[in-house]
Amino acid sequence: MIRLVYDETFEGLLTAIFQVYEERLQQVTIIPETDLQPDFFSEDVTVYTDTGKADRVWRGLKPFSLLRQMIYKAYLREASGAENTILEAVRYVLKTKNEKDYGHPAILHLANWTKEVGREKHRMEAFVRFKRAQDDTYIAVIEPDFNVLPLIAKHFKSRYADQVFMIYDLKRNYGIYYNLQKVDFINLDSERLKNLDAIIHEEEKCYDVMWQDYFKSTGIKSRVNKKLHLRHVPKRYWKYLNEKNPY
Amino acid sequence: MNFERIREKLNILADAAKYDVSCSSSGSKRTNTNKGLGDSSGMGICHSYTEDGRCISLLKILLTNHCIFDCAYCVSRKSNDIKRAGFKIQEVVDLTINFYRRNYIEGLFLSSGIFSSSDYTMERLIAVAKKLRLEENFNGYIHLKSIPGCSDELMKEAGLYADRLSINIEIPTVSGLKLLAPEKDHKDFIKPMETVKNNIAIYKSEKKLLRSTPVYAPAGQSTQMIVGATGESDKDIMYSAVHYYSTYKMKRVYYSGYVPVLEDNRLPALGTEVPMLRENRLYQTDWLLRFYGFDVRELLNKDHPNLDVDIDPKLSWALRNLHLFPVDINKADKRMLARIPGLGMKSVYKILNARKYRKLNWEHLKAIGIAMNRAKYFMVCDSKDWERRDLEPQRIKSMILQSSQSKYQKMYNQQLQLF
Repeated sequence: MIRLVYDETFEGLLTAIFQVYEERLQQVTIIPETDLQPDFFSEDVTVYTDTGKADRVWRGLKPFSLLRQMIYKAYLREASGAENTILEAVRYVLKTKNEKDYGHPAILHLANWTKEVGREKHRMEAFVRFKRAQDDTYIAVIEPDFNVLPLIAKHFKSRYADQVFMIYDLKRNYGIYYNLQKVDFINLDSERLKNLDAIIHEEEKCYDVMWQDYFKSTGIKSRVNKKLHLRHVPKRYWKYLNEKNPY
Repeated sequence: MNFERIREKLNILADAAKYDVSCSSSGSKRTNTNKGLGDSSGMGICHSYTEDGRCISLLKILLTNHCIFDCAYCVSRKSNDIKRAGFKIQEVVDLTINFYRRNYIEGLFLSSGIFSSSDYTMERLIAVAKKLRLEENFNGYIHLKSIPGCSDELMKEAGLYADRLSINIEIPTVSGLKLLAPEKDHKDFIKPMETVKNNIAIYKSEKKLLRSTPVYAPAGQSTQMIVGATGESDKDIMYSAVHYYSTYKMKRVYYSGYVPVLEDNRLPALGTEVPMLRENRLYQTDWLLRFYGFDVRELLNKDHPNLDVDIDPKLSWALRNLHLFPVDINKADKRMLARIPGLGMKSVYKILNARKYRKLNWEHLKAIGIAMNRAKYFMVCDSKDWERRDLEPQRIKSMILQSSQSKYQKMYNQQLQLF
């Protein structure tokens, strides 16, 4: 058994898949380097990420645009063992061309992960709450279940084309920053982001209160259905929703 | 900006607008141009949910709750003794922009009580939308209410700035409207719908000749009916819904369980429970009509004027038509697959794709995620194992009810005890 150890980047994963085909490996698993634990019965091979090889795999999968999408989202899902399901799906689709065969376990797995990541992406498009800073940057902090920042950047860029904004993923310690021209990935000191009060514009308090008021007045008391409410807005997201954190 | 004053107005005017259930923000094609603010070309987004579980997607407010009408079902009726307020146009514009910039909302839903005249009120609503579009370069979603009885010219102008226009028919029957809103004429509701429909048709045909034709209400129009205020049957409601869908090309018809807000002997008493389960069944029926290929006459007719409360309308239909089942999941066409209880359209498409490659058995179907407890009585698949007993509809129904739990169980058990 050969274990391909990759650096957890998407290009790294694609390079590993390239290597599987190039060396015609049969008994193989792909694992991220942080999960690496000694295994007596397997031979570890380090994958050296190579964008050229990654590109070739990506281009090779071009006829299967659905599969490509599923692979990328399954990768962002950060599930343990996802690499091998992805490899299995790639092998199956390249052999049979059946990328929509939901009867195949690997394809169905990818489809479900894609659904989960899609749901989380949509949630973040909804649950991001910007605060206006004194320098007119709009700042939001999130902790999504999956790594969806790369997926939501475009949405926010086309929506807030005239406003400088930053969305920071505290869990994975990186963020996106839009400077009115383009969106960049950034790294900051996460401790500073936990306490934003010092840099927030004073009008922010007013909008917090008005939004909380609005949230309350728009609900109908005689129809209260807390269970449904919780299903739509699970508790783990409350931390950064100002309507759920009244003063 | 006088924050405390705005805050008070917002509380009053959001509270008065909350009985309008429409909150959709999808279906528009307005993209962000010239580095403006907002984009409503994608799917709708619900930014939060109220504690009653309804989505919050738009800033839903009245421009004012002063009203010259006295409709029995409405909380803002003239004779009701409540606090009244009114926004200035600029105040609504500022509030919308500032909420939007913080990603609280997808846009604005603006309605109003009718003050002085229909046309005057409509002009003010249009003025807000116009200012947002032309002065603020705002491309978010705008839903404007059409005011009953306003002129065709104003409706034409409204569609140039709004994504969606709607007018609530509220009472599904003409006689009910006479009883509860004697000052309003059924025709006043219909005319704006007709105008919007025609203008959308004109826009679509002109667009083919001239690409730069200004967009007219790209997200179409919708309406709402109050359920349970005048003793109408489910058949009355759904037949009029179908009428509005086909005659006025409605994008959506909303059903709103009547919330008793006022003491009036023409209406259910204060404290009467909101008919939420009934509302839910009506929406299920609406979906079956729009996405599952059902005809309304199959679900509701002379012999069956009301929907079952304890089971969903598709299951109810299937139990009345057992001669069409069981369906072979590996052979049946899409239309028939969609009619199996427990199968949604997503599962139907997955089955259609998956069965190209292999015959499907129970394991596959479980993995695809269909509601087996209902579906298993109505289908066969690639397995020797299926429901062979020739079961009576009543028996199937009771077995399904035993194997499932509904949050509404308490409600229909009570109702059944009446008989």
